Amino acid sequence: MSFHFRTGSRAGALLPPPAPYRPRRWADGAFRSLLTAFGLSVILLVAWIAVDLVGAALPAIRRFGPAFLWTSRWDPVHGIFGALPFVYGTVASSILALAIGVPISLGVAIFLAEISPGRASVVLSFMVELLAAIPSVILGLWGIFVLAPWVRTSVEPALSAAFGWLPLFRGPAYGIGLLAAGLVLGIMVIPIISSVSRDVLRAVPQEQREAMYALGATRWEVIRHAVLPYGRAGIIGAVILGFGRAFGETMAVTMVIGNRPQIVPSLFQPAYTIAAALANEFSEATSDLHLSALVEMALVLFAVSLLINAAARWLVSRVMRA
Amino acid sequence: MRAPAAATERRRRIVDRVMTGLTLGAILVAVLPLASVLGYVVLQGASALNWAFFTHLPAPVGEAGGGMANAMAGTLTLIGLAACVGVPVGVLGGLFLAEAGGGPWGWWIRFTADVLNGIPSIVIGVFVYTLVVVPMKRFSALAGGLALGIIMIPLVMRTTEEMVRLVPLAIREASLALGIPWWVTTLRITLRTATAGVITGVMLAVARIGGETAPLLFTAFNNQFWQSRLDQPIASLTVQLYNYAIAPYDDWHRQAWAGALVLMAITLILNVAARVAGRQRVAGGR
Repeated sequence: MSFHFRTGSRAGALLPPPAPYRPRRWADGAFRSLLTAFGLSVILLVAWIAVDLVGAALPAIRRFGPAFLWTSRWDPVHGIFGALPFVYGTVASSILALAIGVPISLGVAIFLAEISPGRASVVLSFMVELLAAIPSVILGLWGIFVLAPWVRTSVEPALSAAFGWLPLFRGPAYGIGLLAAGLVLGIMVIPIISSVSRDVLRAVPQEQREAMYALGATRWEVIRHAVLPYGRAGIIGAVILGFGRAFGETMAVTMVIGNRPQIVPSLFQPAYTIAAALANEFSEATSDLHLSALVEMALVLFAVSLLINAAARWLVSRVMRA
Repeated sequence: MRAPAAATERRRRIVDRVMTGLTLGAILVAVLPLASVLGYVVLQGASALNWAFFTHLPAPVGEAGGGMANAMAGTLTLIGLAACVGVPVGVLGGLFLAEAGGGPWGWWIRFTADVLNGIPSIVIGVFVYTLVVVPMKRFSALAGGLALGIIMIPLVMRTTEEMVRLVPLAIREASLALGIPWWVTTLRITLRTATAGVITGVMLAVARIGGETAPLLFTAFNNQFWQSRLDQPIASLTVQLYNYAIAPYDDWHRQAWAGALVLMAITLILNVAARVAGRQRVAGGR
């Protein structure tokens, strides 16, 4: 590039205003526009995904209306589609994942932020984050050959012996089923819930703790009464993020949930999730309506993940900004 | 009646100990699955892994042996295609966020990038299916690469933003003071200073998309043979692993474990390398 410096060729004359600098400002403006365009492309992309999914789902939306979400007949042969069993399986497995994952994640977050010494905390944080780096298809492989057999021979008999009076824990032990999916998802939500909660707890001002210690509180009392209440909104945000992670998880769930579209009280029975149905049926959808119904389920996943992320970011930023 | 003070004290101390113990227990429970997965993948994978795995095509059912050479090449191809989409958009978008993203647009872009990061990857697959596969009337490496590229964008964008923000203001000012235009300063001074960090971010993104299966199922699909044309279905390590894992044949299960070992090793190496590089850069900056 060239610099148009005007040197004073005529001695004694005042330099003119730096007009030659204008091209540079023009280039800066163009570059800024370019960067802005690339930044805005993300917004455009998400909007495009939304429009595209709605467009492709339109035949199913027109045909079945909102009843799509609460009717349970899924019959590609006769062209009748109701997504309730998939919605149920998705929600049930995600709630199960949170029931398993949240207490563990909170324990991890408290330990990392409040209790462990610095160096151990770094190593343990890294190990928990590595858990997030395991490809979900490998977790699914492990789920099929290690977790599910263990669930069948140990977990389910023990649960049904102890809590068999609840319909949740009745019936034959399959191994593969809702409980196995909940366990795998529980493992998968630990990294995100614990790392976000850990950051939230670390953002709690030191004065909160010191004031409580000054009153003679034990460490647990400080955590329980001064730290956790302060970070409550952020921790709820972390849990919601975890829910979002579990909600859309595909491979590991598909491999261990059994893929049977049914709504039964027993956790030992197979179930089906939206994401698993997409994974199994999408590339072999038999009719346009079938495909459209599947896209409508993808649209549901999209909409829910949008809401979840918006809510969670808002809650977490409320704590982190303070 | 109130308990004597000493008894209350003791109870409080015991509760403190018990809760501390429980949090330690939570850490152990969280690390246990990691250890179990790693242990099984290494044990089962090592016994199934051999040289043929890296050089041969998949064997037909019932025939022992065979490998995943085409799937590994496929995964590399897909990662390359994804990088063509994800790296430029991610890096330039991240530059915008770091250097000019203070206003409301910056906020919205950051928010949307986080949302995009949270969208289930299978939904991205559905999007690319309707966008590319339906008009082309066939599954293709291009579609798979595009799906992975979209997933890559928010990851690269946010790490680039963080890394560029770490570049001290004084370096920018020194460059501007020499009369170097802002756009040259941004590309050749600011971005170059942050290069190591940006590459770390790209490595992490590659580790993530290399392990993705769901968005490839109906975009890149799968292929039992070598494929050099980008408009044709292509195999990938993850989809092949999935197909082998859910098949009822012992030979294929062994192949799946071997594939898992290779995939796991690549993922871990990328993650650890990114972590080490990141720490060195931060330590060097201090």
